Amino acid sequence: MGRYLNPKTADEALAALRDGGLTVLAGGTDYYPARVGKPLSDDILDITGIETLRGISDDGDAYRIGATTTWTDVVKADLPPLFDGLKRAAREVGGVQIQNAGTVAGNLCNASPAADGVPPLLAMDARVELSSLAGVDTVPLSDFILGNRSTSIRPDQMLSAVLVPKHGAGAKSHFYKLGARRYLVISIVMAAAVVETGGDGAVTAARVSVGACSAVAQRLTALEDRLMGRPCDGALGDMVTEADVAGLSPIDDIRASAAYRAEAVVTVVRRLLNELGAQP
Amino acid sequence: MNEAAPLTQTGDAGREIAFNVNGQRVTVDVPPVKRLSDVLRDDLGLTGTKIGCNAGDCGACSVLVGGKLVCGCLTPVSQAEDTLVVTVEGLKAHGTLSRVQQAFQKHGAAQCGICTPGMLMASVALLGGKEKPSEEDIRDALGGVLCRCTGYGKIVDAVKDAVNHTFDPALEPETGAAVGARLEKVDGLPRVTGETLFGADGIPAGALWLRAVRSPHASARVTLGDFAPLLAAHPGLERVLTHADVPFNGFGIYPDIKDQPVLARDVVRHRGEAVVALVGDKDTVEAIDLDTLPITYEPLPAVDGLEAALAAGAHAVQADKPDNILIRGRVVSGDADGALDSAAHVATGSFNTRFVEHAYIEPEAGYAERVGDRLELHVSTQAPYMDRDEVANVMGIAQEDVRIIPTACGGGFGGKLDLGLQPLIAVAAWLTGKPVACVYTRPESMASSTKRHPSNIDVRMGCDADGTLTGFDFSGDFDTGAYASWGPTVAGRVPVHASGPYKVPHVRALSAGVFTNNPPSGAFRGFGVPQAAIAQETMLDDLAGQCGLDRLEIRHKNAIRAGDTTPCGQTLQASAGLAACLEALQPHWSAMLDDAKRFNGSGNGAVRRGAGIGCMWYGIGNTGMSNPSTMRVVLGREGAVTLYNGAVDIGQGSNTIFAQICADALGVPVGLIRQVNGDTDLTADAGKTSASRQTYVSGKAVELAAADLRAQILRQVNAGPDSRIAIADGAVTVSDGETSHRIDLAGLPVMDGEDGGVLAGHGTFDPPTQPLDEDGQGVPYACYGFAAQIISVDVDVELGTVKVNRIVAAHDVGKAVNPIQVEGQIQGGIAQGLGLALMEEYHSGVTDNLHDYLIPTIGDVPDIDVIIVEDGEPTGPSGAKGVGEPGLVPTPPAILSAIKDATGVRITEVPATPHRVRAALRDAGIARRENGQ
Repeated sequence: MGRYLNPKTADEALAALRDGGLTVLAGGTDYYPARVGKPLSDDILDITGIETLRGISDDGDAYRIGATTTWTDVVKADLPPLFDGLKRAAREVGGVQIQNAGTVAGNLCNASPAADGVPPLLAMDARVELSSLAGVDTVPLSDFILGNRSTSIRPDQMLSAVLVPKHGAGAKSHFYKLGARRYLVISIVMAAAVVETGGDGAVTAARVSVGACSAVAQRLTALEDRLMGRPCDGALGDMVTEADVAGLSPIDDIRASAAYRAEAVVTVVRRLLNELGAQP
Repeated sequence: MNEAAPLTQTGDAGREIAFNVNGQRVTVDVPPVKRLSDVLRDDLGLTGTKIGCNAGDCGACSVLVGGKLVCGCLTPVSQAEDTLVVTVEGLKAHGTLSRVQQAFQKHGAAQCGICTPGMLMASVALLGGKEKPSEEDIRDALGGVLCRCTGYGKIVDAVKDAVNHTFDPALEPETGAAVGARLEKVDGLPRVTGETLFGADGIPAGALWLRAVRSPHASARVTLGDFAPLLAAHPGLERVLTHADVPFNGFGIYPDIKDQPVLARDVVRHRGEAVVALVGDKDTVEAIDLDTLPITYEPLPAVDGLEAALAAGAHAVQADKPDNILIRGRVVSGDADGALDSAAHVATGSFNTRFVEHAYIEPEAGYAERVGDRLELHVSTQAPYMDRDEVANVMGIAQEDVRIIPTACGGGFGGKLDLGLQPLIAVAAWLTGKPVACVYTRPESMASSTKRHPSNIDVRMGCDADGTLTGFDFSGDFDTGAYASWGPTVAGRVPVHASGPYKVPHVRALSAGVFTNNPPSGAFRGFGVPQAAIAQETMLDDLAGQCGLDRLEIRHKNAIRAGDTTPCGQTLQASAGLAACLEALQPHWSAMLDDAKRFNGSGNGAVRRGAGIGCMWYGIGNTGMSNPSTMRVVLGREGAVTLYNGAVDIGQGSNTIFAQICADALGVPVGLIRQVNGDTDLTADAGKTSASRQTYVSGKAVELAAADLRAQILRQVNAGPDSRIAIADGAVTVSDGETSHRIDLAGLPVMDGEDGGVLAGHGTFDPPTQPLDEDGQGVPYACYGFAAQIISVDVDVELGTVKVNRIVAAHDVGKAVNPIQVEGQIQGGIAQGLGLALMEEYHSGVTDNLHDYLIPTIGDVPDIDVIIVEDGEPTGPSGAKGVGEPGLVPTPPAILSAIKDATGVRITEVPATPHRVRAALRDAGIARRENGQ
């Protein structure tokens, strides 16, 4: 049995992290499942007692999702349509029990290729705030997650917040998850998008991302470029082709074949964009 | 929180953590990282909170912390500090059950009861937050809790009822009218209060803990080194058990096949096979790093699946079976080849199915202790007497020197028929002289327990021009894994059922059980018949198409009826209700077909709707062999009526059903019947809870025992058979027409060994069967259940996803002794059939958890309407037959039938996961739509 620290302030937490060797624990929804039938011997830094890390706030240029903000917190928060995709994803993370405990930040740190939070936050151009006694770094989410279960966080750092830049007032978003059962399901393919439109209803900005089809969820930048200027309506996704997803690298696993994923992702992105385009 | 709390605590000694549980302030001194669920159970004795997976996948451990529903297994107890925690034990207020508990009891929403605390807590969280939740809200709220028994319908009904305050008071049926009544479960209340003790709930404090060390290899030579240094390094480790400690190191279902070692010697034949067992104090054995043990594996060729096992030169899984064939099964009648050659229409197909895991929410658990020179085992089991005999055989002691006291069983479905931890804890308790407990982890349960046999099946079926079936040819290979287990039962049962519930004059049905280096395949709801039904029912759909007949019509036309002869040469005397089931479904079928047509005509993009149908028959009890049950009903000196019931109720409701049968056969109110359940020292052998046999076989024994007691009572006063009896105040009053007699029970001599009993009725029933000859001719079963199900599905042809919309199931059960339990068995079986058809696929070492191995959630099982057909079985209690397995069998073929109806594409491999369905659609030329067209 290791040490168990539960500081009340971020400064205390960062001081404890200075020497490394601590496992940061918040909701526990990834920590415990990885240790079924095994001793709980890690040195733990439980950050849930740090009040300042909880909740979503408006920081002026960006929305700040504190490190211990749960999925339920996201669902219940009063937020602009930009967050609709993330809210949809939040409702698909496990069941209510997991949503009440699991955190957005933890989902990013766990860096599963099928993490439900990553595609929506990529589409929102999110950055992560990494804090240590040495200072605060903010890095784009796309630079933070390096691979399957791998991130750029240093042992002395804590992911203290997820920062979502404010987009145009009309920004709206969506999330689409494909799995083999209704609840408690790990995605076979998922996709998220944020679009902004001008006065004429044409797309002025678009960000589209896909999860579970590569080691790290990816943006479809070529597609995003092609979406520019298109009328944002219920046919927005019709233009999506295999070429748009050619940069993905789906694998065969227990949930689906690579060939299936490669085909299904086209359908998923089309439907995502069509449903998003059809939204008022 | 205390501001002055020190930042750093060392966990080794733990620290004091205080919180409020169910209104009471508690303080525990434990490591802060300890799971809240473990603290509740181990440190506070609140075992109502169940552990199904320790990974947040099943939700059985759901509790409220600070008003929020969380998984106790994912919550460090530290996070509960100074909060209010509510568990199932806290739901009663002032001694009264909460609304939702009452509703669960009323609806039969708790079958085995292991998920019930989690379901109740999720319901309470919902009802606390929403005034009028919709059905979708209910499903969303309960979506994080898995149930493997009920199919969820009765749970949804119960929560709706709790929302709407719509309760009827529970009424006890009139005397003589218990059979057929919707009686609430007689053992249901402790299931909704959390008081029922399952395998892991009653382990004595201070019991030693046993942890099996299992092979990571599917096939390897294993060498054990010296464990003395390990024992020396860990003072809390008392023993390391090896094969040398096991007096007779082999077990198995069949008396002549004891091929499965308790602990591996020299070789391991499947991943998850037990090699050694660590026995010591719990913390010590759980902390030992298994990679440091002196066990060396030298991998051998591993036979992975049927094709590999049957290939020329394949490695022999068991040395004395060089061809890897465990057994072959065969039923032949008439000339199948000739009939098929001359048939007007012939359908053919090849099908395969995969491993399916039972996924009961309660992992295997229990403890053993040595009492003098006897062993007592408190275990979760479906087969107490078989456990007794097997443990005695392994220990080399007399059967009478082993006592099995079954705990409540949190789901079995066939998976708790085999020995799991029983011989391990028996050996350990015998050698140490101390109580020894073992609770499997979820991955251990999944890696080591038996599975449904994967199958490769080739089939042909033929009919004449008007659709009358003429011939059937079937050949099925079944992957029985590394050991025999119930492989011979599957190989025997499949050919008998292979041609389906139809009159087919010419049949050849062959099966083989094939050894591989997979986990043992055993008994799983249906014993291979569901796999065979997929192939056979698909043929019938094809023939209907070829003949231009409706799919229901061809089944009705060919349905086997009383007076018809089966492929085994058995002429059915009565109770063959398939035609009646189909007639009951006909209006629903027409409506379902119309609905699909309407839906598909109104442009729904990539989604196509289809209606499907599946039928089945199922022989009740063991195949062509004796399987008696014996029951005893004792009238006590004080007037108590006690049923000594050795049949294990694993949630299906036999305790309740037997109370009903007993009450009516004796002629007393059902509330008068007390029970002593399944203790091999106190109850007679009522066989295994398997083969859909308890209502029919043991229920008949109850009926005979109660009738025997009644006859003895009437004989005391020479009263006629129609007399009424009333038992009260230590006396029996017998009213025979105008005359009334009083029997003062205190005046009767107390019987030896009957615990104050003055009269005892005995009943034994063994279904009348005849062994099958080498062509499978004989009388395999005394009676059969029949069923037909229709299913509506939506197929998304672009993504290959299948959504089941609605199911109507008509089952001939002979007589529904308790319609709630009958519906529960059918709905629960259907949910498992849905899982088999659409999502369940076990891969050893890959899916040993409940998030990679998918079972249906509350959002996957639609409304299921059950139509009960009662074509009485003359040999059954009040005409009843069994229904435990039949619910599952027609579901997978009906789903495939519906997919075909929706898309025109035949699925030949299950589970029909999205990628398999999409591949089949693509092969059939159904392209993804382009540009939204």
